[in-house]
Amino acid sequence: MSEIHLEIDGRQVKAKEGMTVLDVASREGIRVPTLCYHEALEPYGGCRLCTVEVESGGRKNLVASCLYPVEEGLIVRTRTPKVDKLRKTILELLLAHAPDSPILEEYAKEYGAEKNRFDKQASFCILCGLCVRYCAEVKKANVLSFIGRGTSREINFIPELAAKECWNCKECFPLCPTSYVQAAYVLTEALYTQAPPFEVKGLKGVKAC
Amino acid sequence: MPRLNSKEDLVRLREAILARRDPNRPCVSVCAGTGCVASGALEVIKAFEEEIEKQGIKASVDTKGTGCPGFCERGPVVVIYPEEICYLQVKPEDVPEIVSETLVGKRVVERLVYKDPATNEKAVHEFEIPFYKHQTRMLLGVNIKIDPESIEDYIAIGGYSALSKALFQMSPEQVLEEVKRSNLRGRGGAGFPTGRKWETSKKAPGDIKYVIVNADEGDPGAFMDRALLEGNPHSVLEGLAIGGYAVGASEGFVYVRQEYPLALKHVLMAIEQAEAYGLLGDNILGSGFSFKVKVHQGAGAFVSGESSALMTAIEGKVGEPRPKYIRTAVKGIWGRPSVLNNVETWANVPLIINNGADWFIKYGTERSTGTKIFSLVGKINNTGLVEVPMGVTLREIIYKIGGGIRNGKRFKAVQTGGPSGGCLPEEMLDLKVDFDELTKAGSMMGSGGMIVMDEDTCMVDVAKYFVDFLTEESCGKCVPCREGLRQMHKLLTDITNGKASDNALELLEDLAEVLTDASLCALGKSAANPFLSTLKYFREEYEAHIKEKRCPALVCKDLIAYYIDPQKCQACMICMRKCPVKAIDGGKDLIHIIDQEKCTKCGTCFEVCPSKFSAVKKLSGEPVPERLPEEQRKVVRERKAK
Repeated sequence: MSEIHLEIDGRQVKAKEGMTVLDVASREGIRVPTLCYHEALEPYGGCRLCTVEVESGGRKNLVASCLYPVEEGLIVRTRTPKVDKLRKTILELLLAHAPDSPILEEYAKEYGAEKNRFDKQASFCILCGLCVRYCAEVKKANVLSFIGRGTSREINFIPELAAKECWNCKECFPLCPTSYVQAAYVLTEALYTQAPPFEVKGLKGVKAC
Repeated sequence: MPRLNSKEDLVRLREAILARRDPNRPCVSVCAGTGCVASGALEVIKAFEEEIEKQGIKASVDTKGTGCPGFCERGPVVVIYPEEICYLQVKPEDVPEIVSETLVGKRVVERLVYKDPATNEKAVHEFEIPFYKHQTRMLLGVNIKIDPESIEDYIAIGGYSALSKALFQMSPEQVLEEVKRSNLRGRGGAGFPTGRKWETSKKAPGDIKYVIVNADEGDPGAFMDRALLEGNPHSVLEGLAIGGYAVGASEGFVYVRQEYPLALKHVLMAIEQAEAYGLLGDNILGSGFSFKVKVHQGAGAFVSGESSALMTAIEGKVGEPRPKYIRTAVKGIWGRPSVLNNVETWANVPLIINNGADWFIKYGTERSTGTKIFSLVGKINNTGLVEVPMGVTLREIIYKIGGGIRNGKRFKAVQTGGPSGGCLPEEMLDLKVDFDELTKAGSMMGSGGMIVMDEDTCMVDVAKYFVDFLTEESCGKCVPCREGLRQMHKLLTDITNGKASDNALELLEDLAEVLTDASLCALGKSAANPFLSTLKYFREEYEAHIKEKRCPALVCKDLIAYYIDPQKCQACMICMRKCPVKAIDGGKDLIHIIDQEKCTKCGTCFEVCPSKFSAVKKLSGEPVPERLPEEQRKVVRERKAK
């Protein structure tokens, strides 16, 4: 594999082809905030918090560092006023959903994000998809999925699969930045296992739950 | 029909078709595009068939349903050949007269021809009608001549000769070179140079490559791709096959949105026919080049028109965009080089190959060559599809072709580029319409939607409408788009409700910034345009809503009140009877009064008040005058002069 030379926050560094800007930043000890990123998972590019400025051939661009592949001569700036402003707004948008998330609070402090700037909608889930993707990519269980589109998007346990897979796993719980996934699981479990079995009239032998 | 095995076979077939057809034989062409079908074209076609049979001239007259010629406002459109007499808004009951007068008697039915609303001048032929006269219809012009269900109609007008020319007289490199030289830019929105996109895929490593037609036209009010695919599906397929040859792809896809059943039907039919004739499939025209086309039907998501989302959908997954730091031209469907172009882009390719790049660049401007189809809709006299060389001004399109604003109202803005485009005000009417000029002005070409708005339009409400559309259609994967649009919609709703706080514009500008700079795909990146362009050109309207709680265009329900002017009310009781919530108090000779508590602001009273009285008014930003004392409510009528 060929070696790639790039500049990140003024440092001249080397990287291997196929690495992302975030990979290089992490290796160099440069902290780039992330929410939807996890080493064990394919980069997703959903939270956009890892947005950085890159310059290539004289052209500046704002990109998600978790996905942007390194290239020869690339100049990366992980903190510019513009980048910081974008991160601040992104955090404020997420704080409208999950104001008490420890990681959001920590980042909010760093970027000066306010909790009450935008209209609150207490859904707690910030749709980073860590649980959905971990379950699919690492556990290959696909118990969780996204449902809906746009602003009505949410995560959902598939009860039949959750009943079989989740009790002995629960590995997604600590990944969740807002503890929402645990609550969603408990709710699913309660609804699924506590519901009394009943028969559908006219359909012999068919039992729901 | 035996398959065609050589380029000579194609020429011979064309000659045979033309020999069979007498150019002087009368033919009734009725537009059978979706617009005209909705206004009864199929009944008109049936009436023609029956009447022609009844009058005993069936043996000497043809009848056909054709593609859309664009003048949807006046549909169903009927053109009688060979004279090219054009009848508009034809109803089945008009048909016996047309048959006996025009087809038998060779006389024009005057009442059905185009009459200029301004000058009352009549135009008998299609080419004399101002709507058509000022257009350059390289693509749409043939629609009325061909039955989209007949490949022979397409071959008769020279169809597939460009593919034959490419395969037998040009190398793939020469085809690519020609397209590059033509400066053709993608008609789907961004205006990326088509030749360069092809070249990227051609050079990208991999044996398997794909070419794709993007027929996921989802912009509100846009229907140009639909008209092309419904009306002339073979031209798109021919372009696609030429692209496949140039790029080195042996497989193509047509991604048709679910909402276009007729386009789907016609494209499937066209593929089947082209394969039967040896113009698609294995060893096309015996050239050794094989090219197969599959159709993928969309599932109703607007975002699937975005290139990476579309490709993900073709792969069978949820149509969500993925990052394109490596272009889809290099890594597209199943990670293979994939060229995606819009319907109109592909339809231009056969023209370029047949006539040459030098011919093509004569049309349009230096950096935006060729023609562009716009769907001209909104408060305009001539709604329809308009094809013009790029570089003509908005004014020419709106006034010369579109016939100006409806009901003599004043022009306020034109929205171009679909939901991600922008609104341009009156002072921009002389802007030359091309990719770069529109972008510079804060809007964009997009796929060619053009929505004309009159003085009764509230620009904040317009921005809210488009943001609402995008909020519904965002896939929800990335935070800036999902959350940014949600908050933008909330703030715009607050503004139109009169509930916005003083910092609403500042918040909106921050949201616009995060959308533009941090979104994952083009939907989010351009989603702030409706807000930004209306703010740029109509800031005072935003401020009136926020600071004065006033809607200058008198549109936003929460900021207006309906009021009956006691000086004008003639106590006719029409509004009183029509009011659905019985909010109007009045009686014979008793001036009517609207009970503001009960009024739901449906606007019925405003609409039904006779124009000679015009007593119902909309008020905004001012208090509703005190209720008239009972003793003053008697209507005093002036005696009619005898």
